[in-house]
Amino acid sequence: MDPARKRKIRLVVALGVAVMLAGALVYTSFSASSQAKEPSDLIGASSGGSYELTGRVVKGSVSHEGKELRFRVADREDAGQSIPVTYAGTVPDPFRGGREIVLKGTVADGVFVGERDTLVTKCPSKFTAADG
Amino acid sequence: MASLGSAALALAFLTTIFAAAMALAGRGGDRRRVDISRRAVYATCALLTACVAIIEVAFAGNDFSFKIVQQHSSLETPAFYKLAAMWSSQEGSLLLWAWVLSIAASLALYATRDRLREIVPYATAVMAGIGAFFTGLMLFAGGVNPFSTLSPAPADGVGLNPLLQHPSMMIHPPMLYSGYVAFTIPFAFAIGALVTRRLDAAWIRATRRFALIAWAFLGLGLLLGARWSYTELGWGGYWAWDPVENAALMPWLAGTAFLHSIMVQEKRGMLKVWNACLIVATFSLALLGTFLVRSGVLQSIHAFGDSTVGPYILGLIAVVLLGSTALIVSRVDDLRSEKRIDSLASREAVFLVNNLLLVALCVAIFWGTFFPLISELFTGEKSSLAAPWFDRYTTPLAILLVLFTGVGPLLAWRRISWAAAKRAFVAPAAVAAVTALVLVLATDAGEEPWALALFAFAAFALTGLAQEFWRGAAARRSLAGGSLPGALAGVVSRNRRRYGGYVVHIGVVVLLVGIAASSSFQTDRELRLRPGESAVVDGREITYERPTVSYDSAALSFGALLAVRQDGKSFTLHPSRRYFRPTRTETGTIGSYFDGEATSEVGLKAGTGSDLWTALEPNISALRKRVRAADAGFRACVSGAPGTPPVCDAIAGLMRAAAADPRLRPAALARIEAIQAATARRLARSYLSDDAVAAFKVIVDPLVTWIWIGGLIALAGALIAIWPTRGARRRLAADTELDALKEAKYREIRDAELDHAAGKLSDEDFALLDAELRSEAVAILDRENGVAANGAAANGGRTAGEKPPEPV
Repeated sequence: MDPARKRKIRLVVALGVAVMLAGALVYTSFSASSQAKEPSDLIGASSGGSYELTGRVVKGSVSHEGKELRFRVADREDAGQSIPVTYAGTVPDPFRGGREIVLKGTVADGVFVGERDTLVTKCPSKFTAADG
Repeated sequence: MASLGSAALALAFLTTIFAAAMALAGRGGDRRRVDISRRAVYATCALLTACVAIIEVAFAGNDFSFKIVQQHSSLETPAFYKLAAMWSSQEGSLLLWAWVLSIAASLALYATRDRLREIVPYATAVMAGIGAFFTGLMLFAGGVNPFSTLSPAPADGVGLNPLLQHPSMMIHPPMLYSGYVAFTIPFAFAIGALVTRRLDAAWIRATRRFALIAWAFLGLGLLLGARWSYTELGWGGYWAWDPVENAALMPWLAGTAFLHSIMVQEKRGMLKVWNACLIVATFSLALLGTFLVRSGVLQSIHAFGDSTVGPYILGLIAVVLLGSTALIVSRVDDLRSEKRIDSLASREAVFLVNNLLLVALCVAIFWGTFFPLISELFTGEKSSLAAPWFDRYTTPLAILLVLFTGVGPLLAWRRISWAAAKRAFVAPAAVAAVTALVLVLATDAGEEPWALALFAFAAFALTGLAQEFWRGAAARRSLAGGSLPGALAGVVSRNRRRYGGYVVHIGVVVLLVGIAASSSFQTDRELRLRPGESAVVDGREITYERPTVSYDSAALSFGALLAVRQDGKSFTLHPSRRYFRPTRTETGTIGSYFDGEATSEVGLKAGTGSDLWTALEPNISALRKRVRAADAGFRACVSGAPGTPPVCDAIAGLMRAAAADPRLRPAALARIEAIQAATARRLARSYLSDDAVAAFKVIVDPLVTWIWIGGLIALAGALIAIWPTRGARRRLAADTELDALKEAKYREIRDAELDHAAGKLSDEDFALLDAELRSEAVAILDRENGVAANGAAANGGRTAGEKPPEPV
């Protein structure tokens, strides 16, 4: 096989692999992602579905019921719109009333049931140089 | 002082613009102007150093007339954190960026002051331009001037968030920044090389060390962040695929690819377009990392303050990307490879494969990180991807990377003969097979095929690297004699880049083994125990002996004393949770002592086999009820209701007097605070007798310690590779481009000799290669002598016909 042809084949193989990887990325990301929702989007939502809830923990709503943590999450902009949330598992250090959180889970009978180990609390300070 | 700082900052801005203009004016070969522009960059460095010094003095001296000090420090902030509080602010971190850039640019320009005459003016202009961007940002973007003042000056500051008061948290941001910033240097020289069409490896030789330093700093920053997350966040993980983490990892991966592929350009004159693209990508990703922290575009655990600077940085990224792409496209004819890849079984071919894997990793992470924006664009819904999605791509790519990390060093440049390949591959392959077999038979590693593959490939890579050290030392010994350890030290110190790189490989492989083991074979349990109760987690009997309470001026701490029995040995762990009082609460309550920030202090027993990691969530709900009652009692008491005890009357009287006379206010407040603090502490102690159920998170993490050890090994390797050889140090005084070229060629000759002596190059291949390299070296010497004869270079009496170097 002459070298030019060999190089061409190599290039085609490499491009083919790249296109396949890109296709896989696109396909899996759209199927594996969960929709980001605010509490007001989920009020009255039917049970089921996987969501990523973002919002602010309502101050004074946090209570422990045995292993379970219960609290309400309100829209970031509108504290009046809130839904009850249950979450089993330990919470990150910065978690408290008034903090913004991100939590994955499903809706069951009007209650957002958080998935274990998916609760993320945004860092409290206005700006931290990097990690948090 | 603040006005002095403002003046210095404004002057620094003007100086950077002057430096850029002067450099461009001298681009045609006007050395005087170029010299002036270089000195202007030094001056910028001095001015920005003064700015940083003024800010630090203000922090140290509690000068709350500085807004930055008032917002990020307080009288009570410990001295160490005062000095480091600068970069926990938006404006301070921008100043840090500009300052580190001015240092790096000064060093780079000092090192190249007699070299790269054509490229340097453009590189200076690029570096000064970026410096002007960041200093200008502080001056004109609004709200981010570090010298903003408050008038009148407040008596005390807000203080630093307790979560950030951790030593590694203080070193971690400057490390990351230094990494981001240092990538500016190779980027600037690449642009200079593109503009002037001087596209040989000269710009790479001049900036390779900066790329390596950037890479090491960024890696250390990532490692410190992971360590901090593991020990401080009460979560037990070290990586979460959070956007900001990804933003720091991406330039590191692209930089890793760049460091490998530039070797191919240096040695073989190939991959020029690729290298130019990689450094542009690396620098853009570094800017993107800087941008992501300062914009609200992605949800992250890293606090994003919406700020004014985000759009400007995005604009800079756009300029960098568009400008560089146009430049590369217009220079594509000059970027043609000088040579072709001879064989797929060559080091350069493996480098290319490794590069593609690293870039694929980068692309996958980039896609996942920005998926919320992408999905919003296409579907109108903001959707995000979680850790399992990232793992699905990064795991197989990382495993392949380990395999090729093992294969690369075993091959020679250009091609390897069948006999040499057999010699090189037999031992590593055998060890890998035995490792896999033993793991399957003796452990449960067989249940995790990905992890098993990684362990086998890691065994392959580590054996191959050990073999490289062994054969290198043996080759050196056969040539120079001496003891084996002496020969090893000799061969490493004479080939720092190669063996430093190998040490980095060992570190990275060890680190990946740690990640694979700790993520695949982790035991994670949540326990709820009363004092005296115990539970067994992965063969460790954990007994909750008793609750503990302690306090200091900043926080109340509730802990748990855990007794652990494991394999007949016993030890104790003491996880706790600290409740910080919000600083500066005007109307104090006892409850405020329990309502502030809370941080976990992890109870950790680290070991080479596995870590036992414990965090505690104390149940203080009963305590909170008592606190509320106490607050109600306190209010009733000071209201002077009938029947209150006489001590209450005294406090109520004090408050009435303070209300009437403002001068008595501070004393009264201090008195009340003292009473409340004492009450809070007394109540906190009552937790000891609550007999409350406490929640524990217990993790048994196998081999997690090796992540930190591997990281440190990699860092040591980077240091070996960065450290200049004796020859380079000696020549620093008269370092010209020809010297650098000659040194590079000598190194190639030494490399080939080493490969030959270690059996990687067959006799015929070596004879061919050596003859070719030596004729190239002679051509360089001829050029040098020609130059010397013309009297243009002050090479200080170097004799004609200088011999190429002694072997190995």
